[in-house]
Amino acid sequence: MAEADQTPLLAIDNLAVHYPIGGTFRGPRRVLKAVDGIALTVAPGECLGLVGESGCGKSTLAMTIMGLVPPTHGRIRIADQEISAAKKADHMHLARTVQMVFQDPYASLNPRQTVRRTLADPLRLHGIGNKTEVEHRVADIMAKVGLRPEQADRYPHEFSGGQRQRIGIARALILRPRLVLCDEPVSALDVSIRAQIINLLLELKDDLGLSYVMISHDLGVVEHVSDRVAVMYLGRIVERGGWREIFEDPRHPYTRALIAAIPDAFRRRAVAGQKARGEIPSALAPPPGCHFHTRCPLAADQCRSDVPLLEPVAPGHLAACHFRDRATSLHGELVEP
Amino acid sequence: MKFRANLYIGGAFFATAVIVGVLAPVIATHDPVFDANLMNAELPPGWEYPFGTDAQGRDIYSRVVHGARISLTVGLVAQCINSIIGVSLGLTAGYWGGWWDDLVSGLTNLMLAIPSLIFALAIMAILGPGLVSLLIALGLTSWSYSCRLARAQVLSLKSQGYVQAAKILGYSDLRIMFTQLLPNILGPLIVIATLGAGGSILAEAALSFLGLGIRPPYPSWGSMLSDAREQITTAPWLSIFPGLAIFITVLGLNLLGDGLRDILDPQSRERTS
Repeated sequence: MAEADQTPLLAIDNLAVHYPIGGTFRGPRRVLKAVDGIALTVAPGECLGLVGESGCGKSTLAMTIMGLVPPTHGRIRIADQEISAAKKADHMHLARTVQMVFQDPYASLNPRQTVRRTLADPLRLHGIGNKTEVEHRVADIMAKVGLRPEQADRYPHEFSGGQRQRIGIARALILRPRLVLCDEPVSALDVSIRAQIINLLLELKDDLGLSYVMISHDLGVVEHVSDRVAVMYLGRIVERGGWREIFEDPRHPYTRALIAAIPDAFRRRAVAGQKARGEIPSALAPPPGCHFHTRCPLAADQCRSDVPLLEPVAPGHLAACHFRDRATSLHGELVEP
Repeated sequence: MKFRANLYIGGAFFATAVIVGVLAPVIATHDPVFDANLMNAELPPGWEYPFGTDAQGRDIYSRVVHGARISLTVGLVAQCINSIIGVSLGLTAGYWGGWWDDLVSGLTNLMLAIPSLIFALAIMAILGPGLVSLLIALGLTSWSYSCRLARAQVLSLKSQGYVQAAKILGYSDLRIMFTQLLPNILGPLIVIATLGAGGSILAEAALSFLGLGIRPPYPSWGSMLSDAREQITTAPWLSIFPGLAIFITVLGLNLLGDGLRDILDPQSRERTS
């Protein structure tokens, strides 16, 4: 459902975020390439799923989009604003365009502030509305996320994890942003609550015309909500495309390994050869050539020396693998129970 | 509301000390300074002198009552100065990091390395004895504890989601420090401050003893305790009563700090609905 003809709401161009590690008195100076040359777009009303293991740079990418981490090079354009190495983010302006839902609903709410204060303070800070309008907007957003108005004067510890995440979502939406980054929004929640929160996010997306970047290591969640999916590995995007292409015709062996790892009671998608072996290598010393070759079942000599580029396999579907055309679809390997 | 013994007992002790200090001219039976009579020197506690008399024959009860004014002023004001300096340095150092953190941490370590009493002595030597210089000397020399505590707490809190969320919502650094960080680190800081207030009362005693605090005839608990040192075996009441006054005040402050920390934490409060 990618609306390619529209001007993208978020456009990331050749973005890199490098952290210098070490230096004077702190060991040898090295560079950690948390994000290393990423290009992405998100159209208005679209949900982009961003998938990858811990340590692949998902969260750094999110922090950079939010303007909390300056890019080393490349640029990010969000609506009418640009963030680059040379141009720092204007937080007040950015706050009204892009907001974030955090992973841990226990750490993401100030324990000393009531829900009302958490939601009303940003409005006052941005000079939105008078006293009654602020009250009205707080009540309105609370109703939208499924909280009762009389809960406004409670403190976060009086709520369950799911309710807290609803408050976190309300806080992200109170300034009426156009883009919301969801950083693992359900992975800290009980499984029984996850579906509720995911469905709430989907409803809000349609109601308010939001765009999402859904960061997750849980492909099940991403499959359910995303229009398009990008798969990250060690700071680079290894495959991106519409969710149907990614899930039904994955071309990068890493994507296939991730899909094979989805627990599935009915379809045995997991095939031994699909699994990635071992651990993700250190981002301080990524393997040469294709970063994935140390764990890849298809690895050949070429993979150890040449960096594969993100190239199209079909319109809107790109993969960074030397063998992207050799890959067989998952359908051929399905084992019916 | 559940009964909070430490809050009420501590509050009562401390309030007593404050009331005694405020009402000193009314409840004192003798003049604390000029009512000396060597004929009455070192009388044990009795009807005329409930706490006994000191080596100059002055009423110890009246001196303890008047001493509350100086000791409490020194304890509270000096600790306020310490807390304000320590918290503002610790908060900014922890939050901003970088060269400012290096500078503040270095300064804190320097302050911890020099015994604060020696440092206070040096300041007193420059400013000369007196109440104001005492407040400055004690207020500038033991902020390192609140500074370290504030910095450590901020370091652990600043990566919390709600601090990042505040940044993303466009909060300025100062607003984040005052609305997101400070309320969450206040509990332990209050406990440290109440301990420090007791410490300041004792430090005043030490400086007075060395002749750099409150000038002699005027009473402060610390100077009375110091003066009584030589008669501790022959006339123990000289040291017992000012000592008890310090003990009750410092204990009250500590209990009060403990109780305040509890009510400042919404998680220990009862549900509102």
